[in-house]
Amino acid sequence: MQKITKNQLLDKAAELLDNGTVTAVLGWQKGEFDYDVTPALFENKEELFANFVWNDFCGANFSKYLIKHTRKVEGKILVFLKPCDTYSFNQLLTEHRFDREKVYAVGIPCEGMADIDKVKAIVGDGISSIDCGEKIKVTTIYADAAVEIDGKDVLEGRCESCKSKKHVAYDELLGEEGDVLDSNRFDEVARLEAMTPDERFAFWQNELSRCIRCNACRDVCPACTCEKCVFGNPKSGVENKSPANSFEEKMFHIIRAFHVAGRCTDCGECSRVCPQNIPLHLLNRKFIKDMNECYGEYQAGAEVGSRAPLVNYTTEDLEPGEVFDRRDTDA
Amino acid sequence: MRKCSLDKLQSVFAAVNEKMPIYLPANGSDGKAVYTKWAEGVELSDSLNTVRSPKDFFFPQTENMMEFKTEGKTIEIIDVRDEKEDFVIFGVRACDVKSFEILDRVFLTDPVDSFYASRREHGIIVAMACTKPSETCFCQTFGIDATEPMGDVSAWKTDKEIFFKANTEKGEAFMKAIEALTEDADTKEVEAQKEATKKILKKLPLAELDTKAFGGGKTSEFFNHPAWAELSESCLGCGTCTFVCPTCQCYDIKDFNTGKGVIRFRCWDSCMYSDFTRMAHGNNRNSQKERFRQRFMHKLVYYPENNEGIFGCVGCGRCLSKCPISMNIVKVMKKIGGETK
Ligand code: SF4
Ligand code: SF4
Ligand code: SF4
Ligand code: SF4
Repeated sequence: MQKITKNQLLDKAAELLDNGTVTAVLGWQKGEFDYDVTPALFENKEELFANFVWNDFCGANFSKYLIKHTRKVEGKILVFLKPCDTYSFNQLLTEHRFDREKVYAVGIPCEGMADIDKVKAIVGDGISSIDCGEKIKVTTIYADAAVEIDGKDVLEGRCESCKSKKHVAYDELLGEEGDVLDSNRFDEVARLEAMTPDERFAFWQNELSRCIRCNACRDVCPACTCEKCVFGNPKSGVENKSPANSFEEKMFHIIRAFHVAGRCTDCGECSRVCPQNIPLHLLNRKFIKDMNECYGEYQAGAEVGSRAPLVNYTTEDLEPGEVFDRRDTDA
Repeated sequence: MRKCSLDKLQSVFAAVNEKMPIYLPANGSDGKAVYTKWAEGVELSDSLNTVRSPKDFFFPQTENMMEFKTEGKTIEIIDVRDEKEDFVIFGVRACDVKSFEILDRVFLTDPVDSFYASRREHGIIVAMACTKPSETCFCQTFGIDATEPMGDVSAWKTDKEIFFKANTEKGEAFMKAIEALTEDADTKEVEAQKEATKKILKKLPLAELDTKAFGGGKTSEFFNHPAWAELSESCLGCGTCTFVCPTCQCYDIKDFNTGKGVIRFRCWDSCMYSDFTRMAHGNNRNSQKERFRQRFMHKLVYYPENNEGIFGCVGCGRCLSKCPISMNIVKVMKKIGGETK
């Protein structure tokens, strides 16, 4: 599905390592089964050429790793960024979370990433190989013939409503400059808004009841970068390791959604990693939609240094009362 | 061995339900299997396994242990225990059945955990043989036979029928409850299914993975292995692997102040968390590398060291499919123990 090839990325990485521009490469490392890709920091060319992978399962957004790696690595780090990743990258810079001077960002085009669950829904379990070319070619231990899948049929949920193919940050761009897309990403939110409050409550109650509080959504989120999260801090008084009851289950998610409101770029990592398939992105997207409607269009991470509407008072801002009225007519 | 046609499965559940609640993997609203209390209309899922393991039945994620009510200078202690009813868990896979044995060795040895013990006593396990293992399955690595799951009752599902065999007294009680719905059966079809599944198991990508390199007494060999740094490099410290794992057994005990009293509860804890086993002086594992190492050393070295060589992993593959960064015990075993295939 991808237009840019692994070799193009490898050549670029080798060139930058060779000419001393960077000392390490943040990239995707191949796993056991062609789809279980792990983010990795490659510190030399041997490792890179042995283990680097680029295919339709390279969904991981590396921006957040830059906080940790720029503190550790001497010299610059080459990071490969897909268009959606660049928004997180900018947002982190806006929040002064890493030193821009220590990063060499290479923008790479993305045709959308594949969801292994959707692949399995078509080919079944027992995958023995996946070959990502123009089509995704899958073999399983249960069938003699390989199955060819169109990548568009197995796109990750977030890629189905991709907001932008444009890279908003890079030092160098491979491939062509893309555009901000006219995405349908708010349709799902509109569906929730059309529900009655009771229906909506029941919807979230059901979704969140599956939460095992593994914290993967928080830990992967590029907007969740507190050095110590209140929910993991024994001194905070609200520390908790498990959802103790259904109130507390929701509280974690509501507080997290509020905390990232205005800073969430809608990168979709939370929903991608949730082992329980909870559509967490919808909470944040609702905030984005509301902010767009109340304060004018705003995209977090579109540029470095922008002020989110919630922290930027202007005299044109809606009065809280108007927002309240809006809620009343919604119901 | 007894059998009945699959059309009668709902009646089987109903018959058991007359006597005690029965829980089975059923597809939830997200299409994934989750253990669900049977009620009319709840169908057994076709999925290989549940995302959340059945350890919850014996060792729930959160569990209230007692309550304290204070009034003036008196403290009343309230017993809130509720693990006193018999129940059936239906459709447990061989790997997960084995995980109970691993938990037993922790919770049922002195000092016995009475919460766990009484749940365990009241639970009847009906295990289901696998026929379509996933590429992430590696139960064989730990000597588990997916075609002959243990448990109180073993069951085999074919296209049209389901076969039952009791292994324990509790299992006999289950068989009795469904006696009128089942008939005697020979083992021919079951044997044929087992043979077919065994051939598939041999074809699994992890079929050759072995544990030779690991076991008790290997702490010093592996503790300072240089590869821990690289393996744990991208770990988010999220705890998904520990919470989906059927054998992860750590918990914390906490007090929740309700304003009028205190609820003392325990909840799962994760060695991947920064405040795990936090002591007065702080945490004894200060980096994610150390926390990550703990999880795998526990499964592959410390647990077998204390349990006659039995490993603390059953190869269910949950951590393989659920880790957000796709780092897992198989990658650790191959890297630290040397490539085996
Ligand atoms: S990733 Fe999913 S299961 Fe884990 S804490 Fe977040 S919502 Fe809950
Ligand atoms: S190994 Fe994976 S699942 Fe476990 S804590 Fe690390 S990132 Fe989370
Ligand atoms: S370590 Fe992974 S494969 Fe082993 S029992 Fe736990 S979840 Fe299953
Ligand atoms: S690991 Fe083995 S027992 Fe468990 S689901 Fe897979 S094949 Fe069945």
